[in-house]
Amino acid sequence: MALKTFWHKLGSPRWFYDISRGWIIAFGLLALLLLSLGVIWGLAFAPPDYQQGNSYRIMFVHVPAAMVAQSVYLGMGVAGFVLFVWRMKIADVAISACLPLGIYLTALALLTGSVWGRPTWGTWWDWDGRTVSTLVLLFLYIGIFALRGAIADAELRGRASALVAMVGTINIPIIKYSVDWWQTLHQTSSFTLTEKPSMPAEMWLPLLVMVLGLYFFAAFSVLYRMRTEVLFRERNTQWVAQLFAGERRAV
Amino acid sequence: MQFDSWNDFLAMGGHAQYVWVAYGSLAAFLLAYVGMLVRRRRAVIGELKWRAAADAHEEAK
Repeated sequence: MALKTFWHKLGSPRWFYDISRGWIIAFGLLALLLLSLGVIWGLAFAPPDYQQGNSYRIMFVHVPAAMVAQSVYLGMGVAGFVLFVWRMKIADVAISACLPLGIYLTALALLTGSVWGRPTWGTWWDWDGRTVSTLVLLFLYIGIFALRGAIADAELRGRASALVAMVGTINIPIIKYSVDWWQTLHQTSSFTLTEKPSMPAEMWLPLLVMVLGLYFFAAFSVLYRMRTEVLFRERNTQWVAQLFAGERRAV
Repeated sequence: MQFDSWNDFLAMGGHAQYVWVAYGSLAAFLLAYVGMLVRRRRAVIGELKWRAAADAHEEAK
């Protein structure tokens, strides 16, 4: 019952705008705290790797960037499904807020992977399963972004991007299992739900802090962007006009 | 602390260029992205305030 009420309320941009204010403050502060802690821990306090020395510290940036880039895509796929099936307006707002973040995070994952690959594999780039499927992720994000820019009709734009976002989620398990299917240069998963990490706690703890920090940053960014977008789209409504009615004295 | 001196920390055991490019790009991304979010919000709010003021002006006439 409570779930049904929540679902119904999600359809209201005004309710979303009011409730999300507290969330972005909490998520933003958590992101700032965890990312600061994680960077200092990972750069200066985690022990060097016995094989890679200090270059492995790139992991504390690379792994979170790649994980969150994929999760943001999954979130966008779910929003696409909601938009496609229930035509909920807020889902279209969510897709538009996920896209720029996903593009930057995937680019960051590829860039940090490249500068880690050079000292570790001896090459900036390798056509390996993980790198190629991550490149496909970047192209999916850019493709949907371009698609949305190209369609003028809002209804069609929403449905077309929702469809591509949904179909593209097939790439997420491909990225995940690529390291098991094609065992080339890229190492296997750092974290799994079922097994203990293959690294010592002094290494995986700061990594976990960075992963959580970047997840909070993503939640903060998506909600922040959604709030701006809701204000813009609802600019002709009474409730938005009332929010700024206090500005009248300015004239 | 894993490093004996500030110079030692900056050198990253000979991998300075790779490590600092990675952390530098993370910092650049975070700052640029938050800047983008704030600029977009300010632009939208600026427009909304302008509209509200224009409406009030109309009514006052």
